[in-house]
Amino acid sequence: MRFGVTVFPGTNCEMDTYHALREVIGVQTDYVWHQERDLSRYDAIVIAGGFSYGDYLRTGAIARFSPVMESLAEFAARGGLVLGICNGFQILCEAGLLPGVLLRNAHLQFRCGWTHLRVENAATAFTGATTLGQTLKVPVNHGEGNYYADPETLADLNRHNQILFRYATADGDVTPAASPNGSVENIAGIINRSGNVAGMMPHPERACEPLLGSDQGAYIFKSMVNCLTAGSR
Amino acid sequence: MLYKAEVKVTLKKGVLDPQGSAVEGAVKSLGYTGVPQVRIGKYIELWVEAENAEQAADLVNELGRKILSNPITETFTVTVTESADRLVQTGVK
Repeated sequence: MRFGVTVFPGTNCEMDTYHALREVIGVQTDYVWHQERDLSRYDAIVIAGGFSYGDYLRTGAIARFSPVMESLAEFAARGGLVLGICNGFQILCEAGLLPGVLLRNAHLQFRCGWTHLRVENAATAFTGATTLGQTLKVPVNHGEGNYYADPETLADLNRHNQILFRYATADGDVTPAASPNGSVENIAGIINRSGNVAGMMPHPERACEPLLGSDQGAYIFKSMVNCLTAGSR
Repeated sequence: MLYKAEVKVTLKKGVLDPQGSAVEGAVKSLGYTGVPQVRIGKYIELWVEAENAEQAADLVNELGRKILSNPITETFTVTVTESADRLVQTGVK
Protein backbone atom coordinates (compact mmCIF):
# COMPACT_ATOMS: atom_id res chain seq x y z
CA MET A 1 0.00 0.00 0.00
CA ARG A 2 1.43 3.36 -1.02
CA PHE A 3 0.23 6.89 -0.37
CA GLY A 4 1.26 9.99 -2.34
CA VAL A 5 1.27 13.53 -0.97
CA THR A 6 1.07 16.22 -3.65
CA VAL A 7 3.40 19.20 -3.64
CA PHE A 8 2.61 22.33 -5.66
CA PRO A 9 4.57 25.57 -5.55
CA GLY A 10 3.17 27.12 -2.36
CA THR A 11 2.08 23.89 -0.67
CA ASN A 12 3.26 24.04 2.95
CA CYS A 13 1.67 21.10 4.78
CA GLU A 14 3.32 18.30 2.84
CA MET A 15 5.91 17.51 5.53
CA ASP A 16 3.30 17.28 8.30
CA THR A 17 1.14 15.06 6.11
CA TYR A 18 4.09 12.88 5.11
CA HIS A 19 5.13 12.56 8.77
CA ALA A 20 1.62 11.64 9.92
CA LEU A 21 1.20 8.99 7.22
CA ARG A 22 4.66 7.49 7.42
CA GLU A 23 5.63 7.78 11.08
CA VAL A 24 2.29 7.70 12.87
CA ILE A 25 0.05 5.64 10.62
CA GLY A 26 2.96 3.62 9.21
CA VAL A 27 2.21 3.47 5.51
CA GLN A 28 4.67 3.89 2.65
CA THR A 29 4.45 7.46 1.48
CA ASP A 30 6.06 9.57 -1.26
CA TYR A 31 5.94 13.21 -2.17
CA VAL A 32 4.32 13.70 -5.58
CA TRP A 33 5.53 16.76 -7.47
CA HIS A 34 2.94 18.79 -9.38
CA GLN A 35 4.59 17.88 -12.70
CA GLU A 36 4.07 14.13 -12.12
CA ARG A 37 1.87 12.37 -14.65
CA ASP A 38 2.10 8.78 -13.47
CA LEU A 39 0.12 7.92 -10.34
CA SER A 40 -0.18 4.22 -11.13
CA ARG A 41 1.90 3.08 -8.12
CA TYR A 42 -0.37 4.79 -5.59
CA ASP A 43 -3.43 3.53 -3.76
CA ALA A 44 -4.30 6.88 -2.26
CA ILE A 45 -3.36 10.50 -2.93
CA VAL A 46 -3.54 13.22 -0.29
CA ILE A 47 -3.57 16.78 -1.60
CA ALA A 48 -1.78 18.61 1.20
CA GLY A 49 -2.71 22.08 2.37
CA GLY A 50 -0.97 25.39 1.84
CA PHE A 51 -1.24 28.24 -0.62
CA SER A 52 -0.64 26.70 -4.04
CA TYR A 53 0.34 29.40 -6.55
CA GLY A 54 -0.09 32.01 -3.82
CA ASP A 55 -3.88 31.60 -3.92
CA TYR A 56 -3.73 33.89 -6.98
CA LEU A 57 -7.00 34.47 -8.88
CA ARG A 58 -8.97 32.11 -6.62
CA THR A 59 -7.77 29.48 -4.16
CA GLY A 60 -6.88 26.33 -6.08
CA ALA A 61 -7.73 27.91 -9.44
CA ILE A 62 -4.25 27.61 -10.93
CA ALA A 63 -3.16 24.35 -9.29
CA ARG A 64 -6.07 22.55 -10.90
CA PHE A 65 -4.46 22.98 -14.34
CA SER A 66 -1.15 21.35 -13.36
CA PRO A 67 -0.14 18.00 -14.91
CA VAL A 68 -0.66 16.05 -11.68
CA MET A 69 -4.30 17.15 -11.53
CA GLU A 70 -4.95 15.70 -14.97
CA SER A 71 -3.56 12.36 -13.77
CA LEU A 72 -5.45 12.73 -10.52
CA ALA A 73 -8.77 13.02 -12.35
CA GLU A 74 -8.01 9.72 -14.10
CA PHE A 75 -6.81 8.20 -10.83
CA ALA A 76 -10.10 9.20 -9.18
CA ALA A 77 -12.13 7.93 -12.12
CA ARG A 78 -10.45 4.53 -11.68
CA GLY A 79 -11.58 4.51 -8.04
CA GLY A 80 -8.35 5.59 -6.31
CA LEU A 81 -8.78 7.26 -2.92
CA VAL A 82 -8.23 11.03 -2.94
CA LEU A 83 -8.29 13.24 0.16
CA GLY A 84 -7.94 17.01 -0.20
CA ILE A 85 -7.02 18.86 2.97
CA CYS A 86 -7.61 22.62 3.24
CA ASN A 87 -6.07 23.99 0.01
CA GLY A 88 -6.47 20.44 -1.31
CA PHE A 89 -10.23 20.72 -0.74
CA GLN A 90 -10.23 24.07 -2.56
CA ILE A 91 -8.32 22.52 -5.49
CA LEU A 92 -10.75 19.57 -5.72
CA CYS A 93 -13.70 21.98 -5.85
CA GLU A 94 -12.05 24.13 -8.53
CA ALA A 95 -11.27 20.99 -10.53
CA GLY A 96 -14.91 19.94 -10.35
CA LEU A 97 -14.05 16.68 -8.56
CA LEU A 98 -16.16 17.86 -5.63
CA PRO A 99 -19.23 20.10 -5.80
CA GLY A 100 -19.35 23.64 -4.40
CA VAL A 101 -16.68 26.19 -3.63
CA LEU A 102 -14.77 27.64 -0.65
CA LEU A 103 -15.30 31.37 -0.17
CA ARG A 104 -13.64 33.96 2.04
CA ASN A 105 -14.44 33.38 5.73
CA ALA A 106 -17.65 35.24 6.56
CA HIS A 107 -15.91 37.39 9.21
CA LEU A 108 -12.98 38.09 6.83
CA GLN A 109 -10.46 36.87 9.39
CA PHE A 110 -7.91 34.13 9.01
CA ARG A 111 -8.65 31.38 11.52
CA CYS A 112 -6.06 29.17 13.13
CA GLY A 113 -7.24 27.06 16.04
CA TRP A 114 -9.01 23.97 17.26
CA THR A 115 -12.41 22.95 15.99
CA HIS A 116 -14.62 19.97 16.70
CA LEU A 117 -16.04 17.97 13.83
CA ARG A 118 -19.15 15.88 14.17
CA VAL A 119 -19.05 12.78 12.01
CA GLU A 120 -22.14 12.84 9.77
CA ASN A 121 -21.42 9.70 7.77
CA ALA A 122 -19.25 6.97 9.30
CA ALA A 123 -19.70 4.51 6.46
CA THR A 124 -17.11 5.90 4.03
CA ALA A 125 -13.51 5.16 3.07
CA PHE A 126 -12.46 8.24 5.06
CA THR A 127 -14.56 7.78 8.21
CA GLY A 128 -14.94 4.00 8.57
CA ALA A 129 -12.87 3.99 11.78
CA THR A 130 -15.18 6.54 13.44
CA THR A 131 -18.72 6.21 14.70
CA LEU A 132 -21.69 8.27 13.57
CA GLY A 133 -22.06 11.40 15.71
CA GLN A 134 -18.58 11.11 17.22
CA THR A 135 -16.74 14.44 17.56
CA LEU A 136 -13.13 14.76 16.44
CA LYS A 137 -10.85 17.53 17.71
CA VAL A 138 -8.96 18.77 14.65
CA PRO A 139 -7.48 22.23 13.95
CA VAL A 140 -8.28 24.61 11.10
CA ASN A 141 -5.91 27.10 9.50
CA HIS A 142 -7.49 29.09 6.69
CA GLY A 143 -8.83 32.38 5.39
CA GLU A 144 -11.12 30.89 2.77
CA GLY A 145 -12.93 27.91 4.19
CA ASN A 146 -16.48 29.15 3.92
CA TYR A 147 -18.15 26.29 2.04
CA TYR A 148 -20.85 27.35 -0.36
CA ALA A 149 -23.07 25.42 -2.73
CA ASP A 150 -26.36 26.43 -4.32
CA PRO A 151 -29.51 25.12 -2.60
CA GLU A 152 -30.01 22.40 -5.20
CA THR A 153 -26.46 21.04 -4.79
CA LEU A 154 -26.80 21.25 -1.04
CA ALA A 155 -30.03 19.27 -1.06
CA ASP A 156 -28.31 16.73 -3.28
CA LEU A 157 -25.36 16.41 -0.88
CA ASN A 158 -27.73 15.81 2.02
CA ARG A 159 -29.88 13.37 0.09
CA HIS A 160 -26.90 11.21 -0.83
CA ASN A 161 -25.28 11.41 2.58
CA GLN A 162 -22.22 13.19 1.17
CA ILE A 163 -21.56 15.46 4.14
CA LEU A 164 -18.73 13.88 6.16
CA PHE A 165 -18.21 16.46 8.92
CA ARG A 166 -19.93 19.49 10.37
CA TYR A 167 -18.33 21.99 12.75
CA ALA A 168 -19.77 21.41 16.20
CA THR A 169 -19.17 22.13 19.86
CA ALA A 170 -17.05 19.66 21.86
CA ASP A 171 -20.34 18.01 22.85
CA GLY A 172 -21.37 17.57 19.25
CA ASP A 173 -23.92 20.37 18.92
CA VAL A 174 -23.91 21.93 15.47
CA THR A 175 -24.29 25.65 16.19
CA PRO A 176 -23.37 28.72 14.11
CA ALA A 177 -20.87 29.74 16.81
CA ALA A 178 -19.03 26.41 16.45
CA SER A 179 -18.16 27.21 12.83
CA PRO A 180 -14.86 29.03 12.26
CA ASN A 181 -15.81 30.39 8.86
CA GLY A 182 -19.55 30.70 8.21
CA SER A 183 -19.84 27.57 6.03
CA VAL A 184 -23.33 26.77 4.85
CA GLU A 185 -24.89 24.20 7.23
CA ASN A 186 -21.57 24.17 9.17
CA ILE A 187 -20.06 21.92 6.51
CA ALA A 188 -16.41 21.06 7.19
CA GLY A 189 -15.92 18.14 4.81
CA ILE A 190 -17.72 16.36 1.98
CA ILE A 191 -17.33 13.31 -0.23
CA ASN A 192 -18.20 12.69 -3.88
CA ARG A 193 -21.08 10.50 -4.96
CA SER A 194 -18.84 7.52 -5.76
CA GLY A 195 -17.31 7.67 -2.30
CA ASN A 196 -13.62 7.83 -3.24
CA VAL A 197 -12.89 11.58 -3.30
CA ALA A 198 -13.19 13.64 -0.12
CA GLY A 199 -12.30 17.17 0.89
CA MET A 200 -12.08 18.83 4.29
CA MET A 201 -10.90 22.23 5.53
CA PRO A 202 -9.56 21.05 8.94
CA HIS A 203 -6.08 19.51 9.12
CA PRO A 204 -6.16 15.89 10.38
CA GLU A 205 -2.39 15.59 9.80
CA ARG A 206 -1.86 18.12 12.59
CA ALA A 207 -3.83 16.06 15.07
CA CYS A 208 -2.33 12.59 14.90
CA GLU A 209 -0.31 12.51 18.13
CA PRO A 210 -1.29 13.36 21.73
CA LEU A 211 1.75 15.65 21.95
CA LEU A 212 0.06 17.95 19.43
CA GLY A 213 -3.09 18.28 21.53
CA SER A 214 -5.17 15.65 19.75
CA ASP A 215 -4.68 12.37 17.98
CA GLN A 216 -8.19 12.21 16.60
CA GLY A 217 -7.22 13.30 13.11
CA ALA A 218 -5.59 9.89 12.75
CA TYR A 219 -9.04 8.30 12.47
CA ILE A 220 -9.30 9.69 8.95
CA PHE A 221 -6.02 8.21 7.71
CA LYS A 222 -6.68 4.94 9.56
CA SER A 223 -10.06 4.73 7.86
CA MET A 224 -8.36 5.05 4.48
CA VAL A 225 -5.82 2.36 5.36
CA ASN A 226 -8.56 0.04 6.66
CA CYS A 227 -10.54 0.54 3.48
CA LEU A 228 -7.53 -0.25 1.28
CA THR A 229 -6.53 -3.24 3.44
CA ALA A 230 -10.01 -4.67 3.20
CA GLY A 231 -9.66 -4.32 -0.56
CA SER A 232 -13.18 -3.06 -0.79
CA ARG A 233 -12.08 -0.82 -3.64
CA MET B 1 -3.63 42.48 -34.68
CA LEU B 2 -3.28 43.12 -30.98
CA TYR B 3 -6.46 43.55 -28.98
CA LYS B 4 -7.00 44.54 -25.40
CA ALA B 5 -9.67 42.61 -23.54
CA GLU B 6 -11.14 43.81 -20.29
CA VAL B 7 -12.83 41.18 -18.16
CA LYS B 8 -15.04 42.07 -15.22
CA VAL B 9 -15.73 39.20 -12.87
CA THR B 10 -18.61 39.79 -10.47
CA LEU B 11 -20.26 37.69 -7.79
CA LYS B 12 -23.63 36.24 -8.67
CA LYS B 13 -26.68 37.64 -6.92
CA GLY B 14 -27.26 35.92 -3.61
CA VAL B 15 -23.64 34.91 -3.07
CA LEU B 16 -22.44 36.33 0.23
CA ASP B 17 -19.75 38.99 -0.24
CA PRO B 18 -18.09 39.62 3.12
CA GLN B 19 -15.54 42.00 1.57
CA GLY B 20 -18.30 44.07 -0.01
CA SER B 21 -20.21 44.11 3.29
CA ALA B 22 -17.10 45.29 5.15
CA VAL B 23 -16.54 48.15 2.69
CA GLU B 24 -20.24 48.96 2.81
CA GLY B 25 -19.97 49.24 6.60
CA ALA B 26 -16.90 51.48 6.28
CA VAL B 27 -18.70 53.77 3.81
CA LYS B 28 -21.62 54.04 6.23
CA SER B 29 -19.30 54.73 9.15
CA LEU B 30 -17.81 57.63 7.16
CA GLY B 31 -21.27 59.16 7.33
CA TYR B 32 -22.46 58.50 3.75
CA THR B 33 -26.10 57.47 3.81
CA GLY B 34 -26.89 57.04 0.10
CA VAL B 35 -24.88 53.86 -0.51
CA PRO B 36 -27.14 50.91 0.31
CA GLN B 37 -24.88 48.21 -1.14
CA VAL B 38 -21.28 47.47 -2.12
CA ARG B 39 -20.19 44.33 -4.01
CA ILE B 40 -16.57 43.56 -4.86
CA GLY B 41 -15.37 41.79 -8.00
CA LYS B 42 -12.25 41.54 -10.13
CA TYR B 43 -11.04 43.46 -13.16
CA ILE B 44 -8.64 41.61 -15.47
CA GLU B 45 -6.84 42.97 -18.55
CA LEU B 46 -5.55 40.65 -21.26
CA TRP B 47 -3.72 41.47 -24.49
CA VAL B 48 -4.66 39.07 -27.24
CA GLU B 49 -3.22 38.38 -30.69
CA ALA B 50 -6.13 37.64 -33.03
CA GLU B 51 -7.26 38.23 -36.60
CA ASN B 52 -10.29 40.23 -35.60
CA ALA B 53 -12.16 41.47 -32.54
CA GLU B 54 -14.67 38.62 -32.68
CA GLN B 55 -11.94 36.01 -32.58
CA ALA B 56 -10.29 37.81 -29.67
CA ALA B 57 -13.61 37.96 -27.79
CA ASP B 58 -14.24 34.25 -28.39
CA LEU B 59 -10.87 33.35 -26.95
CA VAL B 60 -11.29 35.56 -23.89
CA ASN B 61 -14.81 34.23 -23.28
CA GLU B 62 -13.37 30.71 -23.33
CA LEU B 63 -10.70 31.74 -20.81
CA GLY B 64 -13.41 33.39 -18.73
CA ARG B 65 -15.29 30.13 -18.47
CA LYS B 66 -12.22 27.92 -17.98
CA ILE B 67 -10.06 29.86 -15.56
CA LEU B 68 -10.87 33.52 -14.97
CA SER B 69 -14.17 32.86 -13.19
CA ASN B 70 -15.77 30.12 -11.13
CA PRO B 71 -19.24 29.60 -12.61
CA ILE B 72 -20.63 28.46 -9.24
CA THR B 73 -20.31 31.91 -7.71
CA GLU B 74 -19.25 34.32 -10.44
CA THR B 75 -20.27 35.76 -13.79
CA PHE B 76 -18.15 37.83 -16.15
CA THR B 77 -18.36 40.30 -19.01
CA VAL B 78 -15.79 40.85 -21.76
CA THR B 79 -15.00 44.05 -23.64
CA VAL B 80 -12.53 43.97 -26.53
CA THR B 81 -10.87 47.02 -28.10
CA GLU B 82 -8.01 47.50 -30.57
CA SER B 83 -4.98 47.95 -28.41
CA ALA B 84 -3.33 51.32 -28.79
CA ASP B 85 -1.16 50.84 -25.74
CA ARG B 86 2.05 48.92 -25.77
CA LEU B 87 2.18 45.74 -23.75
CA VAL B 88 2.63 46.49 -20.08
CA GLN B 89 6.05 45.50 -18.77
CA THR B 90 5.53 42.58 -16.46
CA GLY B 91 8.98 42.27 -15.01
CA VAL B 92 12.67 42.91 -15.49
CA LYS B 93 14.00 41.15 -18.56
